[in-house]
Amino acid sequence: MIEIGLGHYLTLAAIIFAIGITGIFLNRKNIIIILMSIELILLAVNINLVSFSIYLQNLVGQIFAMFILTVAAAEAAVGLAIIVIYYRNKGTIHVEQISSLKG
Amino acid sequence: MLAHSLFFYFFSTIAVFSAIMVTVSRNTVYSVFFLILVFVSISILFIMIGAEFLGMIMLIVYVGAVAVLFLFVVMMLNITEQVTRRSSRKGFINNISVGSIIGSIIFLELLVVIGGWKYKDTFVPLSGIKFNLSNTHALGNVLYTDYIHLFQIAGMILLVAMIGAITLTFSKRENIKRQNYFDQIQREKASGVSLVEVESGKGVKLDD
Repeated sequence: MIEIGLGHYLTLAAIIFAIGITGIFLNRKNIIIILMSIELILLAVNINLVSFSIYLQNLVGQIFAMFILTVAAAEAAVGLAIIVIYYRNKGTIHVEQISSLKG
Repeated sequence: MLAHSLFFYFFSTIAVFSAIMVTVSRNTVYSVFFLILVFVSISILFIMIGAEFLGMIMLIVYVGAVAVLFLFVVMMLNITEQVTRRSSRKGFINNISVGSIIGSIIFLELLVVIGGWKYKDTFVPLSGIKFNLSNTHALGNVLYTDYIHLFQIAGMILLVAMIGAITLTFSKRENIKRQNYFDQIQREKASGVSLVEVESGKGVKLDD
């Protein structure tokens, strides 16, 4: 318990990943919280990469985590822009009423 | 070692608690604030285990940019009252069983993987962390040499995302006069200037 090793960090990442997945199911109505849950999942992946990188003394994990950071930022920006224009056009962003994208 | 474990348990408890609060909180604004708390505590953990640069970058990018963007959108769209008014908590209660079952299954699977995972003892560090360099210096040495192409592609992704977000939210408004560069540049002397013979005492009548 006192000795903090790789397993502790991996477990923390697993907990946050599972909370993120659960959050997507719990908040099916609110698309902004769904996006935030996706950010949590990406954060859990980042924790895994960084803790392995420190444990193995190999910097590549941290570099990959940085690329994941850029992709997460880009995804958040584009996703929120889509939400904004959808709200402007339809006046609502309830997930259940977003059905006009159906093929 | 004791300090390390104390800090780890403290900040990871905060992170897990606020991650749960992100998903269950009623008000979306509170969710964003708890998301900021998750990012701050995880970046403190990163700084603690020796990935200082990434921890600081996470503070800047996530807390300074992404979370503020979320907050901005939440406050601009005024969805907080909409959501609480219309959707009550019915869907939440209905989904809580399915969500927690799937979440716990994934968590247990990950635990099985972590518990059964063994790394061989004699591994060789590839591009190793040199101990006389700081974390930022070492990262720069690797990032700008071996991974320069991926770095450039990451920049391109950010550029495309920026252009995409701007063109998506750009709206054409009526009744606003804008500069038209092509019209300005292509203007000819014949269409812009006309010579008029002015008789004395009568002046000239300008149309348009």
